[in-house]
Amino acid sequence: MSVKAYQRKLDVENGRVELSHGAGGRAMAQLISGLFHQAFGNEWLAGSNDQSAFDVTAGRMVMTTDGYVISPLFFPGGNIGSLAVHGTINDIAMSGARPLYLSASFIIEEGFRFSDLKTIAESMGAAACAAGVYIIAGDTKVVERGKADGLFISMTGIGLVADGLDLSADKAKVGDRVLLSGSLGDHGVAIMSKRQNVAFQTEIVSDSAALHSLAAAMVAAGGGGIRVMRDPTRGGLAAALNEIALQSELGFHLQESMIPVKPAVAATCELLGLEPIHVANEGKLVAIVAPDSADAVLAAMKAHPLGSNAADIGEAVADDHKFVQMTTDFGGRRIVDWLWGEQLPRIC
Amino acid sequence: MPIVKYSSEFRDKTIAQGLARAIDAEVSSQRAYRFVEFCGGHTHAISRYGLEDLLPANVRMIHGPGCPVCVLPASRIDMAIRLAERPEVILCVYGDLMRAPGSQGQSLLLAKALGAHIRMVYSTLDAIRLAEQTPGREVVFFAIGFETTTPPTAVMIRIAEHKRLEGLSVFCNHVLTPSAMHRILENPKIRNTGGVPIDGFIGPAHVSTIVGTQPYEPMAEQFEKPIVVAGFEPLDVLQAVLMLVRQVNQNRHEVENQYSRAVTREGNRRAKEEVSQVFELREQFEWRGLGLVPNSGLKLKQSYAKFDAETRFAIHDLRVADNPACECCAILRGAKRPIDCKLFGNICTPETPIGACMVSSEGACAAYWTYRRVRDEQARQTS
Repeated sequence: MSVKAYQRKLDVENGRVELSHGAGGRAMAQLISGLFHQAFGNEWLAGSNDQSAFDVTAGRMVMTTDGYVISPLFFPGGNIGSLAVHGTINDIAMSGARPLYLSASFIIEEGFRFSDLKTIAESMGAAACAAGVYIIAGDTKVVERGKADGLFISMTGIGLVADGLDLSADKAKVGDRVLLSGSLGDHGVAIMSKRQNVAFQTEIVSDSAALHSLAAAMVAAGGGGIRVMRDPTRGGLAAALNEIALQSELGFHLQESMIPVKPAVAATCELLGLEPIHVANEGKLVAIVAPDSADAVLAAMKAHPLGSNAADIGEAVADDHKFVQMTTDFGGRRIVDWLWGEQLPRIC
Repeated sequence: MPIVKYSSEFRDKTIAQGLARAIDAEVSSQRAYRFVEFCGGHTHAISRYGLEDLLPANVRMIHGPGCPVCVLPASRIDMAIRLAERPEVILCVYGDLMRAPGSQGQSLLLAKALGAHIRMVYSTLDAIRLAEQTPGREVVFFAIGFETTTPPTAVMIRIAEHKRLEGLSVFCNHVLTPSAMHRILENPKIRNTGGVPIDGFIGPAHVSTIVGTQPYEPMAEQFEKPIVVAGFEPLDVLQAVLMLVRQVNQNRHEVENQYSRAVTREGNRRAKEEVSQVFELREQFEWRGLGLVPNSGLKLKQSYAKFDAETRFAIHDLRVADNPACECCAILRGAKRPIDCKLFGNICTPETPIGACMVSSEGACAAYWTYRRVRDEQARQTS
């Protein structure tokens, strides 16, 4: 089927997505070739098959999948498209793997602007291109108005793990150091600043970024000394460390004074009654590293543009309760619990 | 950032240690000092910063009922859910309330999942905006809180009247702090449950910015208890304890103002005027933990009755019993601590709350769960 057969071009500037754009007919083919293929531009999509074939090499591969349902779709520092690509790459990269290929499934609410869809798709293409990965498979569905919040994106990614590397959340050991790649809470605060009923002005932009090159630099410096890597997204650093504590059957002891938080993020959290350690990040990682590799890994992090504010924020400790604890700036010790439910603002 | 310029100053470790030494030097080893911190904000500061570790063993802090979500009877949650289930209603709710359990364990969060129209809002202005955007719908604002949150509700109603927003009304649950303090002091049955005498109060922080310190004066005099109004930062709390210790030692029972950077004796006159314009006293209002307390709640004046959701939708007051094993009521009176409750931490957790004290951001159980489990666990093991 050739694009040239269509009489009218897709009106990207003023047009809207209609149910027919997901119905399997010509309108859908036009949307896919006219908008997505152009934005993602690669040889696999050009083939217009129901699947994409690629060669495999010997070794271990990783696979991950994630749904993106954020509100608002556009935020300071990115949009749902760039976020989806970064998020999926990061889930792959936390295994120490090199990300290779992504797939994207779009669920679009009818009436969605083509211009917004184009911006989002182009951000995805640009984010993938910058990271050296390809979006080689996709799907488009359109649902009736009110059945989706504008646009949902579901992404799957695969990557290749270097020989001998086996990072896993159950591998942390007592005495390991906890290394954090930079300041907490930037993404969550940037998103909250644009939510309809809590909008406020802030200079904070999302930290959304692909972390695979940072992870690779750390692996090169620390090798087998790196036990676990996680990107602390929803639930923040607190959730990431509590998960590792459960899996590895130990506790963590953090130093609040060592955890980088931007003043504007701290201020926003103070006002809304939230804690930066619970707020989402999209361009940060936490690594649990054997003590004798910690200095080398931290130096590699600091030498990388995405880790210039990296810090050693604490250590893994023996703890039957598997608590994450923190010595506060004030001197006391407290628990850093999982976030309960959703982050809700307080009354007064 | 200018907006947090003056918070780290009130969390200074060295100054805190200095205050702790001063308290230690002034405390008499011959007696006990039992102080009620009225507000959940103080309870959380004490737990979060580990302030009890800095106090001498004979100074004990007792957690008071100053948490609006915790003292709200489950029946009011039931009433709100019934309201929200009406097809024409959109119920606007502060985030704190969303997880508070109703009498059957149901919450507004669950009601929302089941299709009730419930919106989480950050201020009364959100409710006004929603009413403007949805003509023909009944937008009901779930008004809750002590004197701090009452003025914004009053202003909202005045704006609604001015803009002729026919669809906006208020489900009013505003309560009064001095009445609750008075209740604790005057009723020996409430005061002495658990056999804990009270030697003084840390008075409310934010509430006092509105009401001032004057309303506490008759109580301090009548019951001969010192009251020190204090801010919510850790240094505020420590300084207030020092001021209370001094009053006790000198046999004084005065109202003192530690929070002078925000509180005056008269309070915020403008805010009080707005409130008295719109609200009047209810004869009585039910508090979890304190029962029916006379003159402790507010309702809309007759002239604003059309904005009163209880009148407008003819909803009747319900009476329901709490889970008998839940110790929230004794905890709210200061008679028990969260760890004295059998449900704490096993059946009752933030994910599966039995009582509101576990899910409100100002609740004592939430404070213990969030900040103190390690210490409490260690204490249990060594005792």
